Amino acid sequence: MMEVISKDTGKREMVINMGPQHPSTHGVLRLELVLDGEVIKEAEPNIGYLHRCFEKYAELMDDYAKVIPYTDRMDYVSAINQEHGYVIALERMLELEVPERVEYIRVIMAELQRIASHLLGIGAFGLDLGAFTPFLYCFTEREKILDIFERATGARLLYNYFAVAGLMRDVHPEFKTETSDFVKTFRPKIKELNDLLSYNSIFIKRTANIGVLPEKVAFNYGASGPVLRGSGVKWDLRKNDPYSIYDRFDFEIPVGSGELGTLGDCWDRYIVRVREMEQSLRIIEQALDGMPDEGDVMAAIPKRIRPKEGEIYTRTETPRGELGYYIISDKSASAFRVKARAPSFVHLSMLPAISKGSLIADMVAIVGSIDIVLGEVDR
Amino acid sequence: MTEYLTNINPVAAILIHAAIPLTIILVYALVAIWGERKIAGFIQDRLGPMRVGGWHGWAQSIADLLKLIQKEDIIPTDASRFLFKFAPFMMFAASYAAFAVIPFSSAYIGSMVNIGVFYLLAVTSVLTLSVIMAGWASNNKWSLLGGMRSAAQMVSYEVPTIATVLTVILVAGSLNLMTVTEMQAGNDTLGFLPNWLIFQNPFLISAFIIFFISILAESHRVPFDLPESESELVAGYQTEYSGMRWAMFMLAEYADMLLLSLLGAVLFFGGWNSPFGDFMGGPLWGYFWFMLKGLLLVFVMMWIRWTLPRYRVDQLMHICWSILIPLSFINLVLTALWEVIF
Repeated sequence: MMEVISKDTGKREMVINMGPQHPSTHGVLRLELVLDGEVIKEAEPNIGYLHRCFEKYAELMDDYAKVIPYTDRMDYVSAINQEHGYVIALERMLELEVPERVEYIRVIMAELQRIASHLLGIGAFGLDLGAFTPFLYCFTEREKILDIFERATGARLLYNYFAVAGLMRDVHPEFKTETSDFVKTFRPKIKELNDLLSYNSIFIKRTANIGVLPEKVAFNYGASGPVLRGSGVKWDLRKNDPYSIYDRFDFEIPVGSGELGTLGDCWDRYIVRVREMEQSLRIIEQALDGMPDEGDVMAAIPKRIRPKEGEIYTRTETPRGELGYYIISDKSASAFRVKARAPSFVHLSMLPAISKGSLIADMVAIVGSIDIVLGEVDR
Repeated sequence: MTEYLTNINPVAAILIHAAIPLTIILVYALVAIWGERKIAGFIQDRLGPMRVGGWHGWAQSIADLLKLIQKEDIIPTDASRFLFKFAPFMMFAASYAAFAVIPFSSAYIGSMVNIGVFYLLAVTSVLTLSVIMAGWASNNKWSLLGGMRSAAQMVSYEVPTIATVLTVILVAGSLNLMTVTEMQAGNDTLGFLPNWLIFQNPFLISAFIIFFISILAESHRVPFDLPESESELVAGYQTEYSGMRWAMFMLAEYADMLLLSLLGAVLFFGGWNSPFGDFMGGPLWGYFWFMLKGLLLVFVMMWIRWTLPRYRVDQLMHICWSILIPLSFINLVLTALWEVIF
């Protein structure tokens, strides 16, 4: 350490490692920062600390369905959405019909998970900026969602709930009332969160005009999800490329408008998540109304899943953006190739572009606002 | 009490004078750390410590203290050993020494010096030095950044603090905190309010607001807790510290909070004077009122901590240099004019 500092004398810059054990890198991200005082001259994300060979594992499994629990472990804060994409890919490959009730339960689960994930993202973002209390308020609400999940699936974080053309088990009898109770109690909490954090003047000072991601840069890097919408682009796969039964629901796509600063700043990305939670509540309400009370939760599927030879790319909208699964089948029981396109990875790659010239404190805000999950970055 | 002790035995008098503030600080720190956790718990819809010691986890701070004393004393290999070891104690000594001029009650003040306020401000400036010392001696880049931030912050915020203290001194006409307190006795401002300085002059209310913001920054509390902002600089200058040395930093930080709050209580809220005139007066009640006022200000600091996010370093400097300092000096001039006219 001493040597590094003395070597650098004569230059104004200091190289500093932010992470992998740093409180606000959301896991095990390591950022190599070149600093001039506290101003960031260069930032280089170093990844791979959480690499668990998802793609190789998916090829080695002797059954397509055995990969589902492993998809959970990519983005462990929105596990349901990861499963959703994968089972949709398999269903399209096998040309399977999914029962109505299953689709509704899936959508409700996926939207609940989206809220849970956004709550974590928002809370942790506030925590990064020094606001401790909103973080715990968010966690209290997230806890209620996890309770619903626990009763329905048996797990709180990694569910392994969606199966090919079905669900592992039916939801519990009180699922409908529990969920609609949650929706009712959660609406006022969003307002509370807005009062406490979103429109707090210190919070605005810390996030508006920081980490501006212009539309063009966002396109060039392939951003998606709230990060892209924060830059004012109305792009949501649930509307633009509907999967499951999302085309039946009436909801809006919130986009950033630069109302408190520049279009595409940290605040815009943040507020898109807050508003998306409201839209998710709307979808859940409609889905609860439309959900058939009776019905099978497992379609008749072949005993061994052996898709036809060929390839498929399906994409779904996870809380972090576009999650794509590219699967090549060679007619055997295991996939020839499974590639997951993780939105967090894409978003992390644009970090150097949007953080240059900002302060360390802004770096924390930027990392928080793109809301990465390192499990998904490394896979 | 002071003369009485000195008459018996000067050495014993010195020891007792040294021991009383130390006892107050230690007991306060244990209570305040527990209290802060409970307040945080209350604000955040949770319980806070509940187990250690039975009733609402009252013994939590004591257990933590015992744990910290037993911990291994780690010094980084390339650290500057002497400075690294010395910094936390110097920091505590600085805030502890300042308690000498705080009039805890009408019967007790550690040292009846005529330049009490001046001494207090001078001694607390040493805090800055010990923070830089700790940051530099750790030989850690995060610590260094934390130390540098802290130096800039504390030096800057001393200016509005001193300017507002000066405003009060201008009205009170004495640098001795005991005299300042004594002249706030009685109960006749506007006929019903206690005779406290904050009620005597409208510009002293604005002075108090500036003073309070500045002491938040001086004692590194949210929204100005940049030197140790855990989400940016890991733990700032405290990053490499553990065990007892870290506990000394915490103790010093809490002592500093109390010190500045008590200073606020003396300068604006009548020190040990009872809010009800002569009712519930006397030295012991005086101590009660004084600590109550100080702890109320500490409570407000905690309340703010668990509500607000934190500023960025350049915004912090902006608030100080282009808002608080001009305002505090304008306020000083206006107070002087008010005093001349009325």
